[in-house]
Amino acid sequence: MSRNLCVLAARELAIGWRRGREAVPLASGITLSLRPGELAALVGPNGSGKSTLLRSLTGLQEPLSGAVELCGRHLAGLAVEERARLAATVLTDRFDSGWFTVFDIVAFGRYPFTDARNRLSPRDRAFVLDAIESVGLGTLADRRCGELSDGERQKALIARAVAQDCPLLVLDEPTAFLDAGARIEAFHLALRLARDQRKAVVVSTHDLDLALRYADSLWLLDREHRFESGAPEDLALGGAVGRAFDGPGLRFDPATSSFRAEEDSPRVFVSIEGEKAAAAWAERVALRLGFGIAGGSEDGPHAADGPAAVIRAEAGPCGPGWRLRVASGERSFESLEGLAAALRELF
Amino acid sequence: MRPAGAARGRAILAALAAAALILFAADLALGSVRVPLREVARALAGLPGDPTSASIVSVFRLPKALTALAAGAALAVSGLVLQTLFRNHLAGPDSLGLGAGASVGVALVVLAAGGPGSSLLAGLGTLGYGALALAASVGALLVLGLILALSRRFDDAVTLLIVGLLVGYLAGSLVSVLVYFGSPQKVQVYLGWTYGSFSSVTRRELPVLLGSVALGLSLTARSSKPLNALLLGERFAEGLGVRVRGARTRILVAAAILAGAATAFCGPIAFLGIAAPQAARRLFRSSDHALLIPGSALAGSIFALAADLASQAPGGGAVLPINPLLALIGSPIILGLFLRSSRSSPDRV
Repeated sequence: MSRNLCVLAARELAIGWRRGREAVPLASGITLSLRPGELAALVGPNGSGKSTLLRSLTGLQEPLSGAVELCGRHLAGLAVEERARLAATVLTDRFDSGWFTVFDIVAFGRYPFTDARNRLSPRDRAFVLDAIESVGLGTLADRRCGELSDGERQKALIARAVAQDCPLLVLDEPTAFLDAGARIEAFHLALRLARDQRKAVVVSTHDLDLALRYADSLWLLDREHRFESGAPEDLALGGAVGRAFDGPGLRFDPATSSFRAEEDSPRVFVSIEGEKAAAAWAERVALRLGFGIAGGSEDGPHAADGPAAVIRAEAGPCGPGWRLRVASGERSFESLEGLAAALRELF
Repeated sequence: MRPAGAARGRAILAALAAAALILFAADLALGSVRVPLREVARALAGLPGDPTSASIVSVFRLPKALTALAAGAALAVSGLVLQTLFRNHLAGPDSLGLGAGASVGVALVVLAAGGPGSSLLAGLGTLGYGALALAASVGALLVLGLILALSRRFDDAVTLLIVGLLVGYLAGSLVSVLVYFGSPQKVQVYLGWTYGSFSSVTRRELPVLLGSVALGLSLTARSSKPLNALLLGERFAEGLGVRVRGARTRILVAAAILAGAATAFCGPIAFLGIAAPQAARRLFRSSDHALLIPGSALAGSIFALAADLASQAPGGGAVLPINPLLALIGSPIILGLFLRSSRSSPDRV
């Protein structure tokens, strides 16, 4: 396969349901492509059609119109067995893994390649062990799946998909049910599989923050079922992320790449400068307390009058410190708690 | 499965096979008249020996023991694959109403078409036995199809079992209507069938039973690969390249043939379909159908043979009914297995 050939491509795809003869469209005009070694993140609010799109891209559901190509072949023309050699999918379905061990579950990845009695060849066995190793579960291969933590279980399921040895890897909400650390690990793993094993990886997720951080390409479905794709940074800066996720009273701030409650525009502005980390955390304090940041994205009409206060962050030898300068004078703080108390008091 | 697990599995299979063989021999030797094992062996081999012993063994005990062996295996494997397909360990030929469906088929054949005699199938030729097995299988399959169609709508286990229960009542009332209009003699025959017994199968009927069970078992055994994948869900299986619809149909037909044939000839036998697979899972500590299919079959045969032995234990010709004996023997064993493995068992059985 040529290095630049798309693993996954869709043109003018319309997805949705068929109720009898009637088509119930969910989203249309979806055009996307993904190359080996790339990680795409599919994000969108609940009900925007993420799962339907993933199912349509992997052949588990028929699209209403348009075509999907897997490694240059029409998805609709592929037999189930052929599909299983091109795309490996990890679904969100919870299931009882019974007495199956991690090894047993991962060995399911070799299912499309084994004989009728499902015997593993030495090569299959090596694939399974490699896959288990690649997700970092090497020591748990003989552990029963039912005894794993949610994060380990998710990794085992991803290893199963890795063992299937397909050019396309689709992970449906791999971070659901996971704690904060395990979520990051899941994304890190997805990125590593893309880079190291030259797989095309699609991850659907509600973790917008991680998606923006890790994905090469962001696929965005909004509440009106419009689809957009592009570099995550472009979509964030261009306002597409905001359009997809902003709700009543909630707004995506491209400057901080985070959601903020929409309030009246701030009356008081502060300017923050100095050492990077200490300044960044001071900015978060100021934003939390409802201040605007002078020179930041909150640049309003008041900014012309100059900030009401200047915070200077310093990384001292015995920890960070903050200097707060207002018209009435200057004070120093060793903790942001102190700084916050002073800001509350003053304004 | 890793080599160590596979070796353990084979060892347990061998032990189960040995236990089944011992019980089978005991079932031939013991009863109201004790036949020495040597005479049993002579009778089986067709060598000259004591003629009375030979006729007891070949006319009465051999068909009975083979019936217990086959029916036990059939009901157990039918239960196993239903539990996998519905992903519910309470599924089984009787809890899903398959036994009830088979009863309707049997009632139709016996009450509407059967001959005037007093035995189950007096008046029916070999064709009749085939018809009986077929009617029971079709009855079981119809119920299974209905439940499967409904299970698409109601995905949860409890609803499914309630549906099975309702279908059971429905079938029961159909049977009641047939009984109401049936002649007293035929009704007597039918009621005798409902008690459950391994000894009503004669040498002439035996090939039909054994053939049906062999067919069902071989269909199932060939599906052990997709069965493993289906255990984790239909969409999971499809992602692995399983043609889900075809595999499911094949497995359901096999389950219906197994449950139908066993029910047709031995009556509605409860307990085995749920208990034997349960015992096999606990014993093997595995979810691999390549092990569980032969394992459940052997466990089912062992329970059935043990129950058959026990049913004649009192001596003096009195024969206890099979159904209560099965539960009496099997329940403590299974409870014991549960307790032994409860520490390391998966959350949901």
